[in-house]
Parts: sequence; C-alpha cells; structure tokens
Amino acid sequence: MLARDAALSRLIDQVDSARARQCTLEICGGGTKRFYGEAPAGVPLDVTELSGISSYEPTELVVTARAGTRLEDLEELLQEHGQCLPFEPPRFATGGTVGGMVAAGLSGPARASVGSVRDHVLGITLLNGRCDLLSFGGQVSKNVAGYDVSRLLVGSLGILGIICDVSMKVLPVSVAKTTLSFDWDEQHALEQLARWAAQPWPINATAWHAGRLHVRLAGARAAVAAACERLGGERMDISAADAWWLALRDQSAQFFSLDAAYPAHGESLWRLSVPATAAPLALGGQQFIEWGGAQRWWRTTAPPSQVRETAARAGGHATLIRGADRRCVFAPLNGALMRVHKGLKKAFDPEGIFNPGRLYSGL
Amino acid sequence: MNTVAETEPASSSPARATLQANVVAALSAVLPRGAVLFRHEETAPFECDALTAYRTSPMVVVLPDSEAQVATVLRTCHNMGVPVVARGAGTGLSGGATPHHAGVLLSLAKFNGLRIDPASCTAVAQCGVRNLAISEAAAPYGLYYAPDPSSQIACTIGGNVAENSGGVHCLKYGLTLHNVLRVRGFMADGEPVEFGSQALDAPGLDLLSIIIGSEGMLAVITEVTVKLIPKPQLARCIMASFSDIESAGAAVASVIANGIIPAGLEMMDKAMTAAVDAFVHADYDLDAAAILLCESDGTPEEVEEEIARMEAVLKAAGASRIEVSRDEAQRLKFWSGRKNAFPASGGISPDYMCMDSTIPRKRLAEMLRAIQQMEAKYRLRCVNVFHAGDGNLHPLILFDAEDAAEMRRCEQFGADILETSVRLGGTVTGEHGVGVEKLNSMCVQFSPGERAQFLGVKSAFDPLQLLNPGKVIPTLQRCAEYGKMHVHRGMLRFPELPRF
Repeated sequence: MLARDAALSRLIDQVDSARARQCTLEICGGGTKRFYGEAPAGVPLDVTELSGISSYEPTELVVTARAGTRLEDLEELLQEHGQCLPFEPPRFATGGTVGGMVAAGLSGPARASVGSVRDHVLGITLLNGRCDLLSFGGQVSKNVAGYDVSRLLVGSLGILGIICDVSMKVLPVSVAKTTLSFDWDEQHALEQLARWAAQPWPINATAWHAGRLHVRLAGARAAVAAACERLGGERMDISAADAWWLALRDQSAQFFSLDAAYPAHGESLWRLSVPATAAPLALGGQQFIEWGGAQRWWRTTAPPSQVRETAARAGGHATLIRGADRRCVFAPLNGALMRVHKGLKKAFDPEGIFNPGRLYSGL
Repeated sequence: MNTVAETEPASSSPARATLQANVVAALSAVLPRGAVLFRHEETAPFECDALTAYRTSPMVVVLPDSEAQVATVLRTCHNMGVPVVARGAGTGLSGGATPHHAGVLLSLAKFNGLRIDPASCTAVAQCGVRNLAISEAAAPYGLYYAPDPSSQIACTIGGNVAENSGGVHCLKYGLTLHNVLRVRGFMADGEPVEFGSQALDAPGLDLLSIIIGSEGMLAVITEVTVKLIPKPQLARCIMASFSDIESAGAAVASVIANGIIPAGLEMMDKAMTAAVDAFVHADYDLDAAAILLCESDGTPEEVEEEIARMEAVLKAAGASRIEVSRDEAQRLKFWSGRKNAFPASGGISPDYMCMDSTIPRKRLAEMLRAIQQMEAKYRLRCVNVFHAGDGNLHPLILFDAEDAAEMRRCEQFGADILETSVRLGGTVTGEHGVGVEKLNSMCVQFSPGERAQFLGVKSAFDPLQLLNPGKVIPTLQRCAEYGKMHVHRGMLRFPELPRF
C-alpha cells in the first residue's frame, strides 16, 4: 500500500484544486515520450516528486516503485541483483520514469519472446479523477480478485488517472547470451523466423534491416551453445552486439533518429503491428522488422490512409510514431470499442481532467 | 466439493412464471427447436457449476449453436431486460456460472470448432473447446497450449478466458492472459466485438486484459485465438523432502533467488502426501513434513544444466532426500499424486472445501503455521497443496456437510485463511475466481472506492447490468453487512492496514 506522504498529499491537493477550477492536466514524468500519442494538452503536472523504490525483494521477483522513479535507477538496482525488466522498455532519452513506461506501454526487442510491459505489471495504485487513491492487483503474480484494472492502465497514456506506484514482475538476467547475424533478404528472413518460432530455440530477440537479420539467443549456457551450432550465421562480438541492441531498444539508431529532416522530406515514422507471419509489406521507404515479424517500423512518405490499409490488410494496425502531422496517431476504433472507451473514461475521470485527447480525440 | 446448502430455492412465483413464459416465447421464435429449455427436469443439470454448494434453478436455458444465435439471444434478452449468465463446461470452483433465478442461462457447450495454424503457431478455438483438446490437436505439429488448469480435460477455453486460469506450469509459461491474442464475442446488447488482435497488440486501451478474468460480466466470448508454443523436448522432475515446513518454504524462495524459473514448483504437506499416496501410490516420502516437486523442461542440454542447479540449491536449503525422475514414467508418477490431490481428499473426508488464495512466496511457512493454529481453533483438519512457485495456496478444509455446526466452522476457517492471506500481502483468489463464493472476501481486500471503480468498469461494458449480475463485485450494502457481522463476532478487520 502506498504511503500517503508529503509528495502524495501535494499531488492530491493539486488534482483537487484543478478539479475545482475545471482545469485539465497534462501528467508529466521525465518528458521523454511527449512525442508519442496525440499532442499533449492541459496544464503540466509534474509527478516526478513521487519517486523511490517502495519495496524490492529479489527472491519474490517483484519490485514496487513509485511512478516518478527514474527508469535508469530502477534498472541499475535490478542489475545489482542479477535481475532485469525482461521486456526492455525503450527509453528514448535519459530521465524517463516508471510511470511513463507503464502509461506508454511500449516494449523493446525481447517483447515477442518474454512478453510486454503489460504482461509484467502485477499491481498499480491510481489516483483517479474523483481524487480517490485506489489499488488494483498486488505483488503476487496469480491474482484474479476483481477486474484486472492494473493491466488496463498499461498503455492508457494517462487518460484514466495518475499512476502513483507500480508493482512489477522482474526476471533473472539470462546466464548466457549470443547474437548471430545473417545476410538474408526480407522474404527469406521472415520465412526463417516463422520456422524457428515453431521450434524450441532460445531466441530472445530478432531484428531485420537492410538485408541483415540479427538474432539474439539467451538462456542456459548449453542451450545457447547448441543453438549457435545449429542455426549458423555469423557470431557478433559481445560488446558490439550489446551496443547494437541497446540502440535499437532506445531508438537511438540512425533509422529512428529524430532528425529534423523528417518533416522536410515529408517522411513519417510508423509502427505497424501485424501477425508475425504477414507477408512482406509494400510501402515505399525503409523498413526495420522486429519481434519475429510482428513489429514492422516504416520510414515512409506514403499517406496515412495507405499505411493504415496496408496494416489492416495484413491483420494488424498502424501507429504514427513521428511525423509532420500529429493527428489521428492511433488506428480508429469501431463503434462498440469506442463506446467502451468512453464509458471507461467516464468511470475513471468523469470530469475529463487527465491528458485530454492524448489517446483519442474526445477521450 | 459436495453439496452443502441450497441457497436459492426454485422460485415459483406468478410473476416469474409470466416472465418465463414471455422469455420462452421470445427465444423460441428465434432459436431452433430443442435449443430452449425451461421445464425443471431439463434445466436441473444447469443449477450449479463445480461449486455445488450454490444452486439456483435457471428460469430458461438456451443452447445456441451459432454466433448469430448468440447475438439474437443477447439482443432479445437485452430488449426484455433479462439477465444472461454464460456457461462453458461448468467446472468453475467459485460459482461464476451459478444461474440467475430470473435470467437466461446461455450454455456455450456446442461451440466446439477448432483450427490449428501451425505456420503462425496459433489456434482459433470456439469457446466450448476443451483446454486439453487444443494441445492434443496441436501435438502433431510439435506445439501445445501452455496454461494447464488441473481440470483441463473438461474445462473450456471460454471458461479459461473468463477466469484467467493458470495451472501448474504458469510460473514459467504464464496465465491465460499471457497466452491469448484475441477474443471474439458479443456485447450485452448483441453487438459483435473483438478484443486484442492477431498481432501482439491492438489500438486503444488494453481491453483484452480486462476481459480476461472478468468472469463473464463484461461480454460473452464465442471464439478465442491462442498462442501455441513448441513442446519442450524433455521434462524432468525433482522430488525433494524436508523435515520441517520452514525449510521447505525457504527452499522455494531460494530456488527463485538463484535465478531459476522452474517449469513447475509445487509443495504438499505431510497430511496431503499421506492422503494422495494412499490414493494413487505416487511413491512419496511419507516421513517428510513437506515435499517439493520441482520441474525443469527444455532441450536435453538445458534440462541437464538446470536440474543440476536445482539439486544443488535444494540440497543447500536442507532437503533431507532428493530424487530426480529417471524417465517419463517416473515423472508422471510424481505428478499423479499432485494432480489427484483433490479426489484423494474426497477419499479421506465426506466433504472438503478448497481455498485458493495467493501470498508472497516468503510467507509460505508462516501461512502454514497459521493454518495449523486454525485447525485447532476451528476443530477441523486441513491438508495443504500449494503452487508454491507462485505462492498460490490450495488448502483443503475437511468437514462433514451433514453436520451444520461443522459446516459453519468450515466457512469461518475458510474466511480466516483468505483474510490472513490479504494481511500477508496477498489476494483472496489466485485462479479460481470470485464468483459468488468470495464476494464477502472482496469486501476485505478492496476499499469502497475500489469497489465503486469496479462497478464503473462493469457499467462501461454493460450499462444495464445484464451479464452475470451479482457476481465478483459485492455491493456496498453487502460489505456493510459483512463488516457488521465481523464486529459481532469480535473479529477486527486489520485496523493496522492503511485504507484510503
């Protein structure tokens, strides 16, 4: 249970006063993901004061941190105990927070094999729009008491309330790790990835770009060694491989660069989430494929309608990550789903104080 | 659990008879012959799920066999303001499928279509497909569906989604939540809907997360797309004996602390091993105060490496005896005892009540000690089987339902276990769900504000409160009455816990 200390009391007062003044709020952590989602609106409300590890017991594989805790600090602590956030949340820049990681709900290279942020969240304490401090889930991984509200909050972009603290499942760092690379074209790489997915290889992450497939193996020493032998390819130097995956995780690699040239060239960065086995997608531009084929990044000048249609035809959806025109970022929802979204917004934040329009206009 | 009480006598009021006639007429007009049941002898088999203590005679039972019929049933009931309770195989242990006396019971047993897609490692199963049937159909491709609740030969995937079912392997492979990509179904008004997608995520709020484990209260699910994973080439199991429960509990924590995530990590106390060994002859160490079953799976190389690490950790934690399964036959023998824990308990007592709370792993020994004290306090025996790796407990309280006083003490014993679990930092249900059984315990675990928020979630999906009403989230009045009852008994509800 979250202690109601000075920082939390101040936050509650700030929300209360915003309600009284009918003022909308933009929930701000480290500000590393302000580019994501629809344009932020509302008076900035800094929640980073609400920080610190509430509890961490390595033998329980569970850590509870207040939302303003810096992600770097959390990951450093876990590292000291040989543990990690296995889903490798992208950090984009330094200073990002645990709350921001959960609210954005973005996962990194290992997502396809180990699961997402959502899969690792066990419990959340939330300050909703009525200024009620509520705890959902807890610190244990098997828990079906009531609706799974804590996981609903993952990726909610703050529209349902302020995430105050988060309990997460963590995992031991793999004993052994190796990266292999292969010179394969897109079609061949996708086919091979699909074949491997049905076999028990310790594949932890995959990424294809510009004719080269990278495969990171992680697990027991013997299993990694056996896979290296059988899968072939070229073995990458360990520190070079670590740097390569880190650049991918944090999107500091050239492909993702926040280059001012984007708008000038009319190019946008899109994330297409599709079934891993979807055939190669035909959009003009450059592509980076992750998650065994399930996440395909495109730098393209194709119009949004074409990108969305391409994703939908493949059985998935597209999100605008960076681009000149920051509107209609997420794929539109059909009638029943949008009605539920509106109902949930009303249930958590009846006066519409928090992050208005950040997920969809009108929410 | 055997029958202990008839909670809701079959109502035969004139108002209900009129409503029944109207609903039967409306549904018979849109469903095939034989798909609408309402005579007592026809509806009796649907009076309860596996929580047989709670019985209600459903007003009408419908057995649709197509999605179009489900939509029609929902639309019709919505227009008439009649509650609908969806039901799979009826194996649930918390009364989630207990019928509504003035409602329609929607049996989805006929939805048994199954398609395996080995290329994408997925299966598309209609909601009435049995859990084990998915793995059986996927086996020729070297794939399987990981969540394996102990009722997997009978329980359906639709029911698994409703309960977010686990199983002995979920420590390593996750719950239903972690293995489902997409569900298709209908909103309360009959509008078709899809949550999740064939990809790894979907746009907007993560509604799939909240549908899974919602006990049929938010939507009716008719089709589920699940992930299939490669079947491990090999599995081996260690049986480790401990001479006291503290060291067994510490050994569980120690395995995890050493960076090992076993495929399964189960614990049984001495009373339980004695009961199951008499039942299935699993060759358990009957002298041990507790035994652990610790399993490794993967490639032969991985298993060899991991079993060696597990053995070393268990020895260091004070195991008095360690036996590693030599072959598949012996491994299955080790598990046969664990999997027969419930029926074995039925063999040593006229009735038993199965609890299902979760606590942090490090409190296992403390919890077992507390249960021992409760045995004396309530003058009833309790045998213990735990998914120790997850901290998920299944204490089985032994009692005789014919004895009303014993029945009452059993209920108090159960409530005491659940409340102790909350006090130790855990939850009142790990995998069996709240249903009707744990409504009172929800008052203990959640504050009024939290319960109000749950009701808000319910309304966002089902504004007229027609889907499985009265389950999972207790009303404020119910909690107020439960609170008073506790004060009457002089039992304080954790004054030390901060409540906001």
